[in-house]
Amino acid sequence: MTQTLYIPQDTAALAMGADTVADAFRIEATRRKLDLHIVRNGSRGLHWLEPLVEVVTPAGRVAYGPVTPQDVASILDAAWAHDATHPLHHGLTEDILFLKKQERLTFARVGVIDPLSITDYEAHGGFEGLRQALAMDPAAIVDAVTESGLRGRGGAAFPTGIKWRTVLQTPAEQKYIVCNADEGDSGTFSDRMLMEGDPCALIEGMTIAGLAVGATRGYIYVRSEYPQAERILAGALRAARAAGWLGNDIQGTGRAFDIELRRGAGAYICGEETSLLESLEGRRGLVRAKPPLPAVRGLFGCPTVINNVISLATVPFILAQGAATYRDFGMGRSRGTLPFQLAGNIRHGGLVEKAFGLTLRELLFDFGGGSRSGRPLKAVQVGGPLGAYLPESQWDTPLDYEAFLTISAMLGHGGVVAFDDTADMAALAEYAMEFCAIESCGKCTPCRIGSIRGTEVIRAIRSGQDRDSRAELLRDLCDTMMAGSLCALGGMTPYPVLSALRHFPEDFGLAAEPALHTV
Amino acid sequence: MDTIQPAIDPTPHDDADPRVQDILARHAGQPGALLPILHDVQDTLGWIPEPAVPQIATALQRSRAEVHGVISFYTHFRTAPPARTQIEVCRAESCQACGGGVLYEHAQTRVAAENAGDVSLAPVYCLGLCAQSPAVMINGRPHAHVTPEKLDALLAAAREA
Repeated sequence: MTQTLYIPQDTAALAMGADTVADAFRIEATRRKLDLHIVRNGSRGLHWLEPLVEVVTPAGRVAYGPVTPQDVASILDAAWAHDATHPLHHGLTEDILFLKKQERLTFARVGVIDPLSITDYEAHGGFEGLRQALAMDPAAIVDAVTESGLRGRGGAAFPTGIKWRTVLQTPAEQKYIVCNADEGDSGTFSDRMLMEGDPCALIEGMTIAGLAVGATRGYIYVRSEYPQAERILAGALRAARAAGWLGNDIQGTGRAFDIELRRGAGAYICGEETSLLESLEGRRGLVRAKPPLPAVRGLFGCPTVINNVISLATVPFILAQGAATYRDFGMGRSRGTLPFQLAGNIRHGGLVEKAFGLTLRELLFDFGGGSRSGRPLKAVQVGGPLGAYLPESQWDTPLDYEAFLTISAMLGHGGVVAFDDTADMAALAEYAMEFCAIESCGKCTPCRIGSIRGTEVIRAIRSGQDRDSRAELLRDLCDTMMAGSLCALGGMTPYPVLSALRHFPEDFGLAAEPALHTV
Repeated sequence: MDTIQPAIDPTPHDDADPRVQDILARHAGQPGALLPILHDVQDTLGWIPEPAVPQIATALQRSRAEVHGVISFYTHFRTAPPARTQIEVCRAESCQACGGGVLYEHAQTRVAAENAGDVSLAPVYCLGLCAQSPAVMINGRPHAHVTPEKLDALLAAAREA
């Protein structure tokens, strides 16, 4: 009898030795003359349990983790004897509370299937959305995406359907679909997990986008820090082509679409869409002034849909299950779900896909289990390095794009980084300016020079030089950067800086700010 | 712009590196080929040597300054041979929240004690392992939940490999 095991090949699992664990299982199986079938799946997103090994049983998949090579023999013993007392045994994976409480729409297949098997993908509903799209008018596809309420998951939250409509309505010989897979924000890893765990969903979403706007070529720009995502995507593209899901005649319909995989080169700014386009064209990643919007003049001067990985990978669900099904999740103008990434100093970190509307507190404590260090949590940064630092008084704000704007914060890509009470918020504010200085493309002055001056001013405040007047200078500088920068890097670096200054003035050696001062 | 002039000059220079010439031939006609070419050169040769710059520039009908400008813009591209062991330690917020600063200082001390060319240290801004901080990459392989002790063990293992 063949015994099937799932051992993730997601970077989160590899970084904790998943390959060595897989080798140990193979060696032990040979020794015991066991017929062992190992599937290298994506990650379930329970990152404190990686490598999370799943044993297939008649009742379902049983989870063990975190597994080291030393545990292999005892796990095989326990699995064989259906013994639930093994110290690493967590019961059925589906029943683990962290996972059970989630609403996985975009991530339904991640960690479940073999990412490189088209058969497995189709058996779990894959290509259903594309099948629907192949029979639809382009305008009807765009309508479905618009009705779903899907907004750009990369951070800017621009309505995806509206972007697509602009490209559809701009006449051109050639149009492009570009996937922004340059996930550089600290505290984010949902793009990586999706690409490593269910790459075909991205391929399917891009193909649907191509049909919707009349584009025949797509590019995936994946950052060089993600070699495993690149390897898995390359394999998935080959498999999809071989199975007739990409190419000049998709499933015999005569429709054409293909995707080229491109690697970034370590520039954070290339996550900004116009900078990414410059990079794809073979230039320095300098931000372009807008307008023209990429939807009108994008890659190689042609109308271009440029969307984040999660936005594109969510489209197949919308087409397959209907726009209304997706729109029924969420609150206000934030429809559907967001794959939140719980990171930093947190006990149970990982991926939590939930409908918009839950609170940070629920995420941090109900899912995350509080700090990893055991100390009280002090601040949470939401939305990456350009996101605000939120003190405990704001943790009951619902996770919703608009609700976050009202507290001078942004939800962004859904990354949540927790800090315990040892964090020095003034040091983190200085780092925010320093990061902006390192990663600035240099095109506009507020960002290029402002970030350097900002670093210097915060350093001076921290060393106790003329604190009050320098704090005022810092606020003024932040105002200039917000109003005068060409893109979000310079324009939003003030968010972490001002929020730290406002909510944690004592870390700067300052008295509390007057209540009326807003960011 | 290399997209307007996709034809790649097949004429090799006297001092042209044939490996670079092969790479250029493979990318002939590809729109926006400069980054893929630079990646292939670095993957093949380990770095991007100075003589490759005019070779690439001629093939793409762009100036040497432009090619140099692209290489220097992106931190991933190297213009000198890499150390035998390359360590990248994440300096971003999530890792800072979990002792990444102490880890980086430890790595600095360790690397300072090594011979130049044996071990290199570079900061990196996010490896996408933020639920398992601090994270490092050693010779392209990711490691999570790294402590100074674990880093020492990983370096020892890398030296033996």
